Amino acid sequence: MTPQDLEIQNLTKKFDAFTAVDDVSFSVPAGSFFSILGPSGCGKTTIMRMVAGFIDPTSGDIRIKGRSVLDTPPNKRPVNMVFQHLALFPMMNIAENIGYGLRRKGVAKDEITRKVGEVLERIGLPDIGQRKVDELSGGQKQRVAIARCMVLEPDVLLLDEPLGALDLKLREHMKVELKTLQAAFDTTFVYITHDQSEALVMSDQIAVMNHGRFEQVGTGQELYYRPQSAFVAGFVGDSNRWRGKVTRAKAGQLQIITEAGLTMTGNNHRRDLSVGDAADIYVRPEAIRISRSADDLAQFENKMSGTVASLLFNGAASRLILKTESGEEIEVTLPQSGEFAGVGRGDTLHFGWSGEQANSFAASEDFTQVYQ
Amino acid sequence: MRAGSKLGFILLFTPLVLWLGLLIIIPHIDMFLISIRERIGVGKYDTSLANYLTFFGEPLYMLTFARTALMSVLATALTLVIGFPVAFYIAKIAKGRLQSALFLLCLVPFWVSELVRTFGWMILLRETGVFSNLLQWVGLADQPVEMLYNDVAMMVGLVYTSMLFMVVPLITTMESLDDSVIEAGYDLGGNGMSVMREIVIPHAMPGIVSGSIVVFMLSLGNYLTPTMLGGKDSLWFTELIYSQFIVRFNWELGAAFGFMLLLLSSIIVWGTLKLSGQTLEKTMG
Repeated sequence: MTPQDLEIQNLTKKFDAFTAVDDVSFSVPAGSFFSILGPSGCGKTTIMRMVAGFIDPTSGDIRIKGRSVLDTPPNKRPVNMVFQHLALFPMMNIAENIGYGLRRKGVAKDEITRKVGEVLERIGLPDIGQRKVDELSGGQKQRVAIARCMVLEPDVLLLDEPLGALDLKLREHMKVELKTLQAAFDTTFVYITHDQSEALVMSDQIAVMNHGRFEQVGTGQELYYRPQSAFVAGFVGDSNRWRGKVTRAKAGQLQIITEAGLTMTGNNHRRDLSVGDAADIYVRPEAIRISRSADDLAQFENKMSGTVASLLFNGAASRLILKTESGEEIEVTLPQSGEFAGVGRGDTLHFGWSGEQANSFAASEDFTQVYQ
Repeated sequence: MRAGSKLGFILLFTPLVLWLGLLIIIPHIDMFLISIRERIGVGKYDTSLANYLTFFGEPLYMLTFARTALMSVLATALTLVIGFPVAFYIAKIAKGRLQSALFLLCLVPFWVSELVRTFGWMILLRETGVFSNLLQWVGLADQPVEMLYNDVAMMVGLVYTSMLFMVVPLITTMESLDDSVIEAGYDLGGNGMSVMREIVIPHAMPGIVSGSIVVFMLSLGNYLTPTMLGGKDSLWFTELIYSQFIVRFNWELGAAFGFMLLLLSSIIVWGTLKLSGQTLEKTMG
């Protein structure tokens, strides 16, 4: 078995009557990038602060490299944290910031200078040692905050939504850069975020969290293609959602009639749904194929046609809203291959998707939830 | 437009000029002029440095001057040592209602005049006072104990009077320190001592210096507390100035004393700023 850098067992944290973290268990293998993804208030920050040692868990265990750290105070734990607003020390220059942890360990002066120089080299900012914190750009501060932790060679690095304060372009850039830094330092990263794209791009494993529990743990692909709960289907990526009733269930194939009267076919993906159950169906806009002729869609179980109600142009992420004869609105991704360049309001299009692409769940309150 | 902005400029500047001129510059010029004249007969004056020479020639004046300076520095240091943990607790540890309640408690004594507050200390410390009776009742003393009219009582009074002026700037600067910066200090291996030394104190430095300057000046210029709590044995330089002006009608010497006190406080404030590497703009602005 590969060694686990971080193991969390049945971790629970209660604040008076409120349960912030409810019996969560997971483990993170050495050298991997693990993300906890969830809406604000789901308990992800509480988990992180318990791992860092700022909060004591109500029950459960936290093990780092196999050793329980519950009795270890935060300044002695082999974990370091990159804070949401980075928390660089404004009273020190960059070299002093990075050297702070080494000074605390009692490392010799010239050794500190050497290590600080090395780590600055590694983050690609070799000449900024004497600068002040507020002279750096957002991205540079980000890298310094990571370097300040990495110079201590922690077993696990915790990152608490560190990209939240950056503007969009820089955030996109830093996603790639963080992944590169993680590979360069070869350290286990545990990253918490409410931004699905950050989690999907960077992580080896993602845990989707809601109301203090993990809904699903898996790779980005697993979460995206095979969500195991309605919450995950709604939170990761966009979806068209319908509520309906199961009218036929046979060999994994479900036939569902929506409240508006559309008949759909979907795969049950080994979930227990039988005839008469109320069900919610989630279909991603990008899983739906559009065509000018019905013949192109022969291979799909679900085939419909509708008129273009509106075109939401957003470059590569452009969408069409199509209205079926029964009045149902469906969001569909508009391919940018040139084929549909002339599509406009009022055009009639055929569209379809395979039952495999439709995820059905027992009806739940997550259906009406809107995130972000 | 041009004329309008000029008028606005004049209007904005007038109060400042009036304030500076009437309350600071003119009185000080006049004081200085008084301090450099010497009375040589009835209604006859000569310009000379005789008053300053009297000051430097009389050991009592010099000793009182030095004593006042040292005691004020000591009072400032004590206020800082007591005020810093109080301010840290209020700014960083207490939360919500407790925080505002504690801050209010610091403020409450200042709702009454300094005179009343000082009388409060006299009630506690005098021979027939609360502490004296308490000690006798417990059996630690077999006769009334006089705790007033000495340097310790005076120091207690000075520290108490100045506490708010130290605590408020400290709370303000410490509140601006992000909690996560302190947490980062622990996370990266610091303990309470090193986080305090490397993070909290450097961050609070402008507050420490501005609070110290205010407390030092208040102590140096204090008249009431040394007189009432220190008694006749505890000479304070302001008492000398008072007696020259009011008792002896020697305005010339009193003005010279006043100028020496101004010089002293300027030098000490300048020295503190230089030593701590702060500037007046940074600490006061």
